[in-house]
Amino acid sequence: MLSALNLISQNLNAYLILSGLLFAIGAFGFLARRNAIAMLMSIELMLNAVNLAFIAFGAFLWAANPAQAATASTIALIVIASAAAEATVGLAIVIAIYRNRKTPLVDEYDAMKR
Amino acid sequence: MTLPETIPFLGFGWNDLLFMVLGAVMVIAALAVVLQRDIIRSGLAMIICFAALAGIYVIAGTPVVAAAQVLVYIGAISVLVLFAIMLTQSKAGPRALVFQTQAVPAAIAAVILALLIGLSVLATNWPAQVATQIAYAKDIAFVLLQQFTLPFEVVSVLLLAAVVGGVFLAKRERGGGD
Repeated sequence: MLSALNLISQNLNAYLILSGLLFAIGAFGFLARRNAIAMLMSIELMLNAVNLAFIAFGAFLWAANPAQAATASTIALIVIASAAAEATVGLAIVIAIYRNRKTPLVDEYDAMKR
Repeated sequence: MTLPETIPFLGFGWNDLLFMVLGAVMVIAALAVVLQRDIIRSGLAMIICFAALAGIYVIAGTPVVAAAQVLVYIGAISVLVLFAIMLTQSKAGPRALVFQTQAVPAAIAAVILALLIGLSVLATNWPAQVATQIAYAKDIAFVLLQQFTLPFEVVSVLLLAAVVGGVFLAKRERGGGD
């Protein structure tokens, strides 16, 4: 029965379903958390899910040609660099707002509503 | 001594065991990130999630991306997030209310999203799959510096702009804002 799990690490569907799970968890965290830093962490989770999908496609669909497998890795590296830039600016904005409003909770950021 | 091809009594290989364990750790840690009440524990669970994901990258045959994941996510972004948590953590605020009022619709939407992705993955007829090959740093260097030269340079400018912008946004303003 358990031998159905043989070669699951060589199966594209397993990677993509794992990636989808991670993306859904990140989307839930982004929509549901009140803390701005928790929302940023959820964005990081979603970016990682997309990266995992890139890596899986690169490893399985293009693997006949090593240069194309390297293309997926290159895209993933560029996504990682963009995520680092996004985290820097996002956390700086959160800290700047915190300095004015003294709270990290996003539903109390109502300066544009008043 | 060499290990047998498949694990005795279980019938699947060592890579598969590693993949399942790392995937379970990753999903549980990601759930802990979004469900944990204490935000500093969310930050620590995020580190575990990224580490497990780096292991999955190694299984998928991309050790360079795994190394970048460890360096950038675990080494830089997690430390940045933990610093931001410690800067904005206030004992005065209510810590019990971690979720917005739309948490239940968000949970339903997330479950539907996961189901949709899973179903569409299973329903798609992917082209013939070959076993994973390792993407070596040499191949990545050729692709990065020949085909992807423009994105490479744009990313370097983006990082510079992000660093300058981050310092400017987070720096304390002196003598009242102007």
